Amino acid sequence: MKVQIKSRQKRTKSIQKSWIYYARIVIWWAKSNTKRMNILVCISHVPDTTAKINFTADGSALDANGVQFVINPYDEFGLTKALHIKEAQGGTITVLNVGGPETEPTLRKALAIGADSAVRINATPTDAITVAQNIKNHIQANSYDLILCGQESIDYNGGQVPAMLAAMLNLPFVNACVGLDLNGNEATAKAEIDGGHATLKANLPMVIGGKKGLVEEKDLRIPNMRGIMTARTKPLSVEEGSNGGLTKAANFAKPAAKGSTTMVDAGNVEELVRLLHEEAKAI
Amino acid sequence: MILAFVESWNDSFKKASFEAVSYAKTWADMSGTTVRAITSASTADINTLATYGADEIHTLELSQTAFGVASQLQSLIEGATGIVIAGTSFGKSLAPAVAALCGGALSTNTTSAPKSLQPFTVERGAFSSKGIETIELHGRLPIISFVPNSIGLSEKSAAGTVSNVQANGNDLLKVAEVSIAKGKISLPEAEVVVSAGRGLKGPENWGMIEELAEVLGAATACSKPVSDIGWRPHSEHVGQTGIQVNPNLYIAIGISGAIQHLAGVSASKTIVAINTDPEAPFFKAADYGIVGDAFEVVPKLVDSLRAFKASN
Ligand SMILES: Cc1cc2nc3c(=O)[nH]c(=O)nc-3n(C[C@H](O)[C@H](O)[C@H](O)COP(=O)(O)OP(=O)(O)OC[C@H]3O[C@@H](n4cnc5c(N)ncnc54)[C@H](O)[C@@H]3O)c2cc1C
Ligand SMILES: Nc1ncnc2c1ncn2[C@@H]1O[C@H](COP(=O)(O)O)[C@@H](O)[C@H]1O
Repeated sequence: MKVQIKSRQKRTKSIQKSWIYYARIVIWWAKSNTKRMNILVCISHVPDTTAKINFTADGSALDANGVQFVINPYDEFGLTKALHIKEAQGGTITVLNVGGPETEPTLRKALAIGADSAVRINATPTDAITVAQNIKNHIQANSYDLILCGQESIDYNGGQVPAMLAAMLNLPFVNACVGLDLNGNEATAKAEIDGGHATLKANLPMVIGGKKGLVEEKDLRIPNMRGIMTARTKPLSVEEGSNGGLTKAANFAKPAAKGSTTMVDAGNVEELVRLLHEEAKAI
Repeated sequence: MILAFVESWNDSFKKASFEAVSYAKTWADMSGTTVRAITSASTADINTLATYGADEIHTLELSQTAFGVASQLQSLIEGATGIVIAGTSFGKSLAPAVAALCGGALSTNTTSAPKSLQPFTVERGAFSSKGIETIELHGRLPIISFVPNSIGLSEKSAAGTVSNVQANGNDLLKVAEVSIAKGKISLPEAEVVVSAGRGLKGPENWGMIEELAEVLGAATACSKPVSDIGWRPHSEHVGQTGIQVNPNLYIAIGISGAIQHLAGVSASKTIVAINTDPEAPFFKAADYGIVGDAFEVVPKLVDSLRAFKASN
């Protein structure tokens, strides 16, 4: 009896093994038709969207006291897109920030979400040209198939780094990118333009300025416990960067407070129309 | 000479085109120099640029992509002491590429004319309208990308001598297809925006919103959750993480007024909020408010506006 059971177990085991073997071949074959992608995701470290924005007493800078910093929301779409591409065709994801040591928790969060390694380029990101120059140097020393940026950082609202970076590297650039399909070395991107959309074709490598649509809001991932644990052991390297720049923030101020609100009775919309015409001169 | 890149759409100019020339004219007058407008050779009524102060108008066969145009401009900047580009969707890709190729200091999201020339200083929006930054641009070639509709037009006639120029553009991408929604006003350039939120309950209720937009000649917009659930397209999502707008009139219907929504719309000149909840935060950010049910107020507002339009 015992012997029989053992041999049956052996047989099922060997069947299981051959199935795993077969599945591996299928996966290998599927991947050999696509390209393993070395992806760089550029991440800026910005105040949380709910943060109250205050400036230092001399108006020279943001008062970061009590402000929580997060991955720039536009960059979350790029990071998730990178994960989708890696899952579909294999590859590695590097996240990069140009900034001081205070940005490392943001990079760790990106590692917890699923990036493989992180790079912090140690420099003061005084303006977009400085940031782009530093990223360009890193890209030239490594080689990436795809560089995913966000359309804009929600702190200084520059919307400059990705287009500058692409121009410096002479690479194709798609801004306000709301869709990206890859087929080997060929990319088809959908971009939001004033009043509609454009479909653009380019060869990799290329630079993307992404936003919602690149992946959907519901696809965005938050770090889970396992991710947080493994992020601690993933590499976060620091490279020395250079400072410089052509612009200087001379002063920051808050916009003038809005005046009082005129309430109009719901039964009297004619009054609203009159006010919009005569007082606000808006119609 | 201050160089204004003047965009056209389907071979005609829009307000942002003239605003670029007006901006360049103000700057040129401050620094005692002239304005050169650069625009596509196929645009109709090229001479209208003279009305806003273009001393010279250079026309050329423009490349299809922003990088292509940037590389063309690079070969046409000799003698320029400043560049002006409207912050349209094309301009947003163009200006940083020009800055990188030409080595100029760039201010995007600019909301003011030059405040001073030495050092060159302007104001720009930062922290999604929660801050105003005064920025200095150093170096030989300040480049300005301004927020459309934030500068305004000023008519100052100039010679507007037209000449055709040649420049090779280096396109790195191929434009396979462009689709523009017909008969719709695009959100970033709209002077009136009618926007609705989750208070509308479902996509089937947007008819009255579109009707209101039609009466006002407005673009339609929505809050983020409305586009996330697919009631409206993503291209209508306004706010800190969507499109930032600054129309003359913004009407918010059934939108609570979350901080991220307000960040993208508070630059609007006049704001109207319509909401059932008198405590909705939007009322604090609005100039005019109606506490009421959108399903009753909006149809009445449409009728009242129709009557107003008929008699004005
Ligand atoms: C990182 C991040 C970024 C974000 N970015 C944006 C952004 O860019 N843009 C954005 O909009 N949001 C953004 N949000 C979401 C934001 O926090 C709010 O959740 C969202 O703006 C709420 O949308 P709403 O006002 O349509 O819905 P709700 O908050 O649900 O409000 C609906 C409102 O409708 C009113 N109402 C109900 N019935 C009626 C009726 N019959 N008539 C009139 N009024 C009615 C209610 O009183 C309520 O005030 C962001 C959030 C995060 C976390
Ligand atoms: N300091 C930075 N480090 C890394 N990437 C950055 C940095 N600043 C900007 N970026 C990238 O460039 C995009 C646009 O940023 P900006 O030009 O600053 O508005 C961001 O979404 C990031 O992808």
